[in-house]
Amino acid sequence: MAYNHYILVCGGTGCESNKGDEIFKNLIAEAEKQGVKDQVQIVKTGCFGFCEKGPIVKVLPEDSFYVEVKPEDAQTIIAEQIVKGREVKKLLYKKDEANKNKVAVEDIEFYQKQLRVVLRNCGVINPENIDEYIAREGYVALEKVLFEMTPEQVIEELKISGLRGRGGAGFPTWLKWDIARKVPGDVKYMICNADEGDPGAYMDRSTIEGDPHSIIEAMVIAGKVIGAHQGFVYIRAEYPLAIDRLQIAIEQAKEYGLLGKNILGSGFDFDIEIRLGAGAFVCGEETALIQSIEGKRGMPVPKPPFPAQSGLWGKPTVINNVETLANIPVILTKGGAWLAKIGTEKSKGTKVFALTGKVNNSGLVEVPMGTTLREIIFDIGGGIKNGKKFKGVQTGGPSGGILTEKDLDTPIDYESLTALGSMMGSGGMIVMDEDDCVVDVSRFYMEFCVDESCGKCSPCRIGTTQILKLLEKIARGNGEMSDLDKLEDIGKAMTKASLCMLGGSAANPTLSTIRNFRDEYIEHIVDKKCRAGKCKHLVRFEIDPNKCIGCGLCARRCPVSCISGEKRQPHVIDASKCIKCGECYNVCKFGAVMKK
Amino acid sequence: MVNLTINGMPVQVEEGTSILDATKKVNIKIPTLCYNPDLPPWAACGICIVRMEGSPKMVRACTTPVAEGMKVITHDPEIIQVRRTVVELILSNHPNDCLQCPRNGNCELQRLAAEFGIREVPFQNIVKDLPIDDSNPSIVLNPEKCVRCGRCVKVCQEMQNVWAIEFLGRGINGRIASAADVPLGESPCIKCGQCAAHCPVGAIYERDDTRKVWAALQNKDIHPVVQIAPAVRVALGEEFGLEPGTIITKKIYAALRRLGFKTVFDTNFAADLTIIEEGTELVKRLTEGKGEIPLITTCCPAWVDYLEKYYPEMIPHFSTAKSPQQMMGAMIKTYWAQKAGVDPAKVFSVSIMPCTAKKWETTRNDDMKSSGYQDVDVSITTRELARMIKQAGIDILNLPDEDADSPLGPYTGAGTIFGATGGVMEAAVRTAYYLVTKKEMGDVNLKAARGLQGVKEAEVDMNGKKIRIAVAHQMGNIAAVLEKIKEAKAAGKETPYHFVEVMACRGGCIAGGGQPYGCTDEVRSKRIAGIYTDDEKSTYRCSHQNPFIKQVYDEFLGEPNGHKAHSLLHTKYVARPLYQK
Repeated sequence: MAYNHYILVCGGTGCESNKGDEIFKNLIAEAEKQGVKDQVQIVKTGCFGFCEKGPIVKVLPEDSFYVEVKPEDAQTIIAEQIVKGREVKKLLYKKDEANKNKVAVEDIEFYQKQLRVVLRNCGVINPENIDEYIAREGYVALEKVLFEMTPEQVIEELKISGLRGRGGAGFPTWLKWDIARKVPGDVKYMICNADEGDPGAYMDRSTIEGDPHSIIEAMVIAGKVIGAHQGFVYIRAEYPLAIDRLQIAIEQAKEYGLLGKNILGSGFDFDIEIRLGAGAFVCGEETALIQSIEGKRGMPVPKPPFPAQSGLWGKPTVINNVETLANIPVILTKGGAWLAKIGTEKSKGTKVFALTGKVNNSGLVEVPMGTTLREIIFDIGGGIKNGKKFKGVQTGGPSGGILTEKDLDTPIDYESLTALGSMMGSGGMIVMDEDDCVVDVSRFYMEFCVDESCGKCSPCRIGTTQILKLLEKIARGNGEMSDLDKLEDIGKAMTKASLCMLGGSAANPTLSTIRNFRDEYIEHIVDKKCRAGKCKHLVRFEIDPNKCIGCGLCARRCPVSCISGEKRQPHVIDASKCIKCGECYNVCKFGAVMKK
Repeated sequence: MVNLTINGMPVQVEEGTSILDATKKVNIKIPTLCYNPDLPPWAACGICIVRMEGSPKMVRACTTPVAEGMKVITHDPEIIQVRRTVVELILSNHPNDCLQCPRNGNCELQRLAAEFGIREVPFQNIVKDLPIDDSNPSIVLNPEKCVRCGRCVKVCQEMQNVWAIEFLGRGINGRIASAADVPLGESPCIKCGQCAAHCPVGAIYERDDTRKVWAALQNKDIHPVVQIAPAVRVALGEEFGLEPGTIITKKIYAALRRLGFKTVFDTNFAADLTIIEEGTELVKRLTEGKGEIPLITTCCPAWVDYLEKYYPEMIPHFSTAKSPQQMMGAMIKTYWAQKAGVDPAKVFSVSIMPCTAKKWETTRNDDMKSSGYQDVDVSITTRELARMIKQAGIDILNLPDEDADSPLGPYTGAGTIFGATGGVMEAAVRTAYYLVTKKEMGDVNLKAARGLQGVKEAEVDMNGKKIRIAVAHQMGNIAAVLEKIKEAKAAGKETPYHFVEVMACRGGCIAGGGQPYGCTDEVRSKRIAGIYTDDEKSTYRCSHQNPFIKQVYDEFLGEPNGHKAHSLLHTKYVARPLYQK
């Protein structure tokens, strides 16, 4: 059976929640209705990455890249393209309003500087069909490892590749495997850490949703190398789609003899179980994760011993993050040297970032290590929304720091980000513009850390709370200059004396903003002013009588009725009653309400 | 061995040693709060941080093992500053009411604050308003004071295997509470008080019953009588600056009289009585086949509570003999009151115990009213007695030696060793040997039963009959012994033991939950040594040799295990649910 068209519908969580599934079903129904179901194969794939423009539908062989597709467009796509062979122009990605010509996928700025290694199959194959994974060299690496390579050779290949842990710390993957391999013992474990928890980050979710077999393949390989026969995927319960697809993939792999007893007749047994996390951020920390799998409270325990020596149930355990694992099959099929060619001297390969915030093109981005922040934010991300001014970018989630204009041209890798006072982290990247307030942003991240601190160690438990109190005090306009010293003292104590990296890095957003934006903190403290207008206690709303036409909308929307004025006359805000909710500012169509 | 340097000084220690322990070799005592030598490091407080030469990172000394070539720096201005900030943070999460705190003066956090010279906490005080849980007859839980060091949880779960205390909640809202957040009095708690003994601050402490005692001492119509337990005599001195293990029995008698007690007895006498009753019971079970073998001791109320909750099927193995405290209580309000011509209704009977569970035992069941009154009115711990002596301003160390009153005072060496692990066993063997063989033992020292090993086993030859014994202490060690017994029984095999002694606390009563703070294995060993010194110095070393024991049987009790003895000196056990509701 030969199809003359293939339609790929994005099945990532973002597009799915935007009626992606309805589009998919409509396409199938339309193909049937219009009698072309034999000519077109309609596939639901993993994430295309370009979430800003989702839902995305791609039609082959024309390489038509349709963006912001709606369920009702299904009829048109089938009728025009499949039946009549004409692209649907109105759905095609356009560079901008002025330039409406079709842009080839490889020429879309969003994709131009990307290099998809980890996401190689996302948006390409149907993640629920193992044959499609196999067709793209899937399980070739496993076969090599089972029949052609010794464990030492696999580790050597990983060493050559220079692959380092993508969970954030950047520990050499080969070394982790080698340690666990060399610890004597019949029972060892392999864990995939899919407990992605940074606000705004969804690299791992998308990888599993789009290419679950790459994780399974890598885990079996790891099992073979270190001598483990049982693997666990620890994944947050909030990722239902990823869990479903992983479950399907596990079953299919078992059916094909690629998982379970006597894999491919090699005599090697390996099984994978899924363990659901209950949403505690700290369970992404490997020792807390192990505690959680063991059924205990998710609290970090001291290292050493490291899990590779004594981990799950006291057995040698390798824990790798999803993105790290997704690299393994490629390294072993293409060779370690192939990956080593990509990236910087100490950080090899690519890194996936979840680019969000005030950028034009938010989405999932995979770039070679060493790409600059400027390239990611301005070239791939298309710059700042609404022509606003770039202020900073948060990398590494609540554990990272905020990088500024001066850091934009630094090639990013593990070392450079740490040197700048942030960290690679798992790959969250949140862009801020001039409307964002650093005190407010620090407060947001600290609030997250207060909620997510497990409470075991005092520097983190109390330090996060005290920092939050101080930031709230500053945001309310009650700050004193000595508070900055206190923030830095607490931050230092947390950084130096916390047991795990949650506490050890929780002060980073605060410390880095004090370092990079000290003048703004001083403005809050001394001038009682928030230049971004985010700290509502420091904001005064006023109506510009020259702009106000007296429509009364703001007065009607004001929840405390503190705006008054005659019809068609400029209105005024009673500052003594105003609760600074900002509703008037948001609803005024004439820009008459000012934040001061 | 591993070679490293600490502050530039070369040190050689065994592999696996923590930095914290290694630093002691160069006379450095790194400040700690959560660490306790009884427990595996939990690494919660963040105070014991050190760094490696040239590294900006800091690591916890308690959990980091030494490594060859390591260059440890234990203090520099930055380390001290970070430690100080951590102490300040902890203080900001702690009520500032040291003056009203049960641990005022011996609080480990207070000491740290003093050492770091903290004059002001620069951070907002963020203590949550949490209710005090005083539902438990023995210990009180004040979660507001908790510093989340985790000691109580580790003690309760890992040392004692009781699982009554757990962490609840997360982050700043995390707290310690009884498991399932039921009131502690309705939890599986066995009242051993080891949580209180290990708490560095005033978050868990013994219920203070000293006011009841003061009130009784004030009442002219009442005749206050007191007994002191074996373990009290080797530990109370620590509260007054003496070395652990220093025996001050006669000064305690004197101090008790000066506090206002009219009659001072010694629980050691009742321990001798216990041996007669329990020894007779053992011999009967062994020779007459009446009752289950092994016989298991029941002097320890925390252990009784544990078995009733966790192993109720083993109740038939329990000795029916009451604990010395309760035997003494029964004898005071019957035999002695009658003999002294005092109305037992007017007798207020107080016991000084190393133990918090003894408070609970005074009302354990109706057998504790065998005299017709509550046999023991109030039980207070060694720590509470120390406070009373200090409140009264009694210079105990300079008091003249005094003796206990007769006939419930004089004791043998067998009675005194009840205070240490293996002591009840050893005392029982000394008398059982006599009861079985009608001969005195040549060497009464049963060394195999002594020491801090968790489970001790031995075989005693009694006239050709091999008696197999086991001694277990620290509740977490008990399960192995019981499982062995159950397995043998299930398999129809011969019982592995004939007689088993169990004490809930590590080292026995000398390290009970009510003893002076700061108990470590070193302290335990010293207190145990004190106990055995007391034994060796005794005129009589076997309970059956105590002339006053003979007297009470002749004058009052009749036969050991006889009718009267049974009604006053024995009790029953029932299965209890882990959770009361």
